[in-house]
Amino acid sequence: MTNQTNPAPKTLGKVRAHQTQNESLVFEKSSPGKKAYKMPPLDVPAVDAAALLGDTCRTRFAELPELSEIEIIRHFTRLSTWNYAIDLGMYPLGSCTMKYNPRVNELVARIEGLAEAHPYRPDARAQGMLSIIAQLQRCLIEITGMDTITLQPAAGAHGEFTGILLVRAWHESQGNPRKKILIPDSAHGTNPATAAICGYQVENLKSNAEGGIDLEALRRQVDEETAALMLTNPSTIGVFESQIAEIAKILHGKGALLYMDGANMNALVGKARPGDFGVDVMHLNLHKTFSTPHGGGGPGSGPVACKAFLEPFLPTPVLAQNPDNTFRWDYDRPQSVGRVRAFYGNTGMFIRALAYILANGPDGLRQTTEDAVLNANYIRHGLEDLYELPYKTASMHEVVFSDKRQAARGVKTGDIAKRLIDYGFHPYTVSFPLIVHGALMIEPTESESLEELDLFIEAMRAIAKEVEENPELVKTAPHSTRVSRLDEVQAARKPILRWKPNQPAPDPAQAAPSSAMENLPTA
Amino acid sequence: MRYLPKSPDERKQMLAEIGAASIDDLFSVIPAEYRLTRDLDVPRQQAESEIIDYFRAAAMPNTVRFASFLGAGAYRHYRPVIIDSLVQRGEFLTSYTPYQAEITQGTLQAIFEFQTMIAELTGMDVANASMYDGSTGAAEAVMMAVRITGRHKAVVARTVHPEYREVMATYAKHQGLPSTLVEYDRETGRVDLAALEAQVTEETACVLVQSPNFFGTIEDIPAIAAIAHAKGALLIVSIAEAVSLGIVRPPLEADIVSMEAQSFGVALSYGGPYCGVIAAKEQYLRQMPGRLVGQTVDRDGYRGFVLTLSTREQHIRREKATSNICTNQALVALMATIFLTIYGKEGVRELAEHNLAKAAYAVKTFAAQPGAKLLFNGAPRFHEFVLETQEDPASLSQRLLEGKIVGGVALSRWYPELPNATLWCTTEVVSKAQIDQAAHIVTAVPVEA
Amino acid sequence: MSYPANYRYTREHEWIQLDGTIGTIGITDYAQNSLGDIVYVDVPKVGDKVTANSTFGSVESVKAVSDLYSPVTGTVTATNDALKTSPDKINEAPHDTWIIKVELADPAQFEKLLDAAAYESFIAEEQ
Repeated sequence: MTNQTNPAPKTLGKVRAHQTQNESLVFEKSSPGKKAYKMPPLDVPAVDAAALLGDTCRTRFAELPELSEIEIIRHFTRLSTWNYAIDLGMYPLGSCTMKYNPRVNELVARIEGLAEAHPYRPDARAQGMLSIIAQLQRCLIEITGMDTITLQPAAGAHGEFTGILLVRAWHESQGNPRKKILIPDSAHGTNPATAAICGYQVENLKSNAEGGIDLEALRRQVDEETAALMLTNPSTIGVFESQIAEIAKILHGKGALLYMDGANMNALVGKARPGDFGVDVMHLNLHKTFSTPHGGGGPGSGPVACKAFLEPFLPTPVLAQNPDNTFRWDYDRPQSVGRVRAFYGNTGMFIRALAYILANGPDGLRQTTEDAVLNANYIRHGLEDLYELPYKTASMHEVVFSDKRQAARGVKTGDIAKRLIDYGFHPYTVSFPLIVHGALMIEPTESESLEELDLFIEAMRAIAKEVEENPELVKTAPHSTRVSRLDEVQAARKPILRWKPNQPAPDPAQAAPSSAMENLPTA
Repeated sequence: MRYLPKSPDERKQMLAEIGAASIDDLFSVIPAEYRLTRDLDVPRQQAESEIIDYFRAAAMPNTVRFASFLGAGAYRHYRPVIIDSLVQRGEFLTSYTPYQAEITQGTLQAIFEFQTMIAELTGMDVANASMYDGSTGAAEAVMMAVRITGRHKAVVARTVHPEYREVMATYAKHQGLPSTLVEYDRETGRVDLAALEAQVTEETACVLVQSPNFFGTIEDIPAIAAIAHAKGALLIVSIAEAVSLGIVRPPLEADIVSMEAQSFGVALSYGGPYCGVIAAKEQYLRQMPGRLVGQTVDRDGYRGFVLTLSTREQHIRREKATSNICTNQALVALMATIFLTIYGKEGVRELAEHNLAKAAYAVKTFAAQPGAKLLFNGAPRFHEFVLETQEDPASLSQRLLEGKIVGGVALSRWYPELPNATLWCTTEVVSKAQIDQAAHIVTAVPVEA
Repeated sequence: MSYPANYRYTREHEWIQLDGTIGTIGITDYAQNSLGDIVYVDVPKVGDKVTANSTFGSVESVKAVSDLYSPVTGTVTATNDALKTSPDKINEAPHDTWIIKVELADPAQFEKLLDAAAYESFIAEEQ
């Protein structure tokens, strides 16, 4: 509705501008004497800390802020409004599986008897918690088609580390730890980093013309010094390795193992099981496939499932069942690779993942996978006339385009991604995998409605048109965000990694002069 | 299924548009022998009320209304209500890693505030955006010291949390990183300085200690630092009880601090998720693992925040990365940031003083009991103490449980030389009545037949 | 930008200029252009030994890290401290901004490297 004094609001696709509140650093809002806490009275005698602690007593106290409760609520609430989130709209991030984070998960994780459980509570008094862990283990074993599992690793990369430790331990038990791990050039960066940390050399395996494993190269490179191949299936270009049986055969023929990075399990749950197609050990990402929240970058959880021959090497402790069917933690594990973290793992995430599995059941899990693959293919179909598809093989739950056509107009995948922000979407995964020039890696997940998918396709089509007609608009995007493109070069050259006292706070109403960085102290 | 936003008609419509006869067409790329033709054997789909009932039933037998004196690396502190009010906002809970800075300034600024608070508390120059937990943080800190010094040996105090040491051993095994263990003084519970001095050489990359240590005793950091630095080794101090920094002098002489911040508003949750963090002196910045948030300006000169120095990380350096870590613990770090903002400068001190007071009262009360002996009285403690009883810990634990009390952890599995010792923790949530009751039960050893 | 005729070059895009037995080493314009804005340079210590074709440090931009390969074998006699605060000098004047100076074990190694013309045809092929 327009009138003389209020011009029509500008809508671009599914978004329209709206005010967000400015907010300084919490330290800049602090004043001595403001309080947001109150301790109950001490029911024991107070102590003289200096007398009790002597020279171990603190004399200079941390300059933490002093605010009232409402200021804290406003501070963090305002900050939250500056974030994009799944609750607001689609994240097309490839291999991240940004699906709905169910709220019942948050409720059950906070049930007092679970949230307040101390990890050293005697086993006899922790049976409820142990039964939850046992149930999740059973479900994940069934889903993966493996024989056994550890939930100890804290995240996917940690799971990879644990999985490769299992590989190494097994090879050592066979008399030769072996020297190298094969990793496809399409792999996620954590794969080679993990192999190196486990003391293995990394040998790159080139992908074939279809973006899959080159069997000839594999046959040439696998020898008696190869410990394992680290494979992502479906691959990082969203394609199922249909030669998987042959790959497993080649490896097993030389006594090497097949490790699978389970990041892309969202294409397989309920439809196929890695344990059935030759995988010896794999990790899962509960924060991807199993709906636990990303929370701005963690916590995650990276269980490792494996075949029975690797069971003796699992991290300690292992959940065991007593003759009376109660559970206990078994620490008597002479061949174990050891611990990969204190306590038992990110139990809070186990609870959430199990709640997700229970909410779905077998039919829900299968339907979820089908919808995820359907959604990705729908997007592929909606964009393949405008964006280059480097590989013509069928996509599963994610589709990878290349920026080749747009690059001819001087516009790269990173620019298109930034322009997508103006249309109200989080960018897709940019420039990964490295085997695709200027990759656009798109995974919608099953959580996207037809409406949101159509809006995404429309936005990408509109941007493709802008690339033809007004490439500068795309190259200088985003235009609608609170901050424009940030100077990452300065951030890296002169790192400022903390606030320091006695600095003037910038006035949010006034942009600082471009020499602002010169006046700020370095870290 | 209620999480799936599609009607059957929409699915049909979409299939038709992409030219697929059925959804199975889209899975035909999977060889037939591997395509599942049966349902997964997992529990049937549950209603939301059934899910809640299931977890409530599992929670019931757990000892909720019992008093607990458990510590040992995981601490029960009061969690202010607004922590959950704020972290459950969808824009925090369901947001992704802040790689796209323009639309994640909320997360980035909160992490910058976290980094600042940790640096302030620990006395270090820089802190990262968090590690998985204190145990993996300690292992990563040791590997960092190896990278910095180019040396390959570690000296580790036996008073570092036993599970942290196990994790370190797992990481060190494949890095060619032998480590030696330094014993503790039987009187004080502190690292034996003479033994330490004998073990630190010019080949030592780092000395790793914990303070307050596993027994609750505060270490003599300046003396340990002098020994390490005299041979060019780095000092790493691991802190398992973050609340101690409210009243205990921070380890200013350390080169690297690896901390577990679980005490700052993160629920116990049977061992995880927790919140590790590494802080260090400025000159070691480029060898720090994990994410870092830096301040910068945008094109118009407005202040903003970005992930920075990411070239150290796995997604760029691949096999030369300083670590393979990808996730940090953003949401739990946010809980810690909010906790520290609520308590603030005065509150973290008052909170720590309350913890000290409870422990002082408990120590006095238990020491007065016949049959119970406090160990390690020769050095200051924070809020944990070691009790030695004539009764064996299993039997004592059972009697305490009957009195609705979870007593201290038995130490014998990690310290066989302390067969009848238990480690007790009194935080601000433990009451005088509970301490009195526990002490009463400890004394009332039944007469053995 | 032109490639100075009295310098020699490697296929890893380093340049070296010789003065008696002291070689001055930096990276070429082609290298700085591929890397983008340089944020940090990691250099060895004075007295360290370097070996021809082995890495002696690295150059970081925001998005990438590149190893630095020594063109010659020898001992480091100096490192450019100005790069600690102004690594961007390499972007501005790559052929005038040195990274390390090395005392060559065998000064004859210098002549065996690519000359300016050979280097320019090498990079023309790369592109």
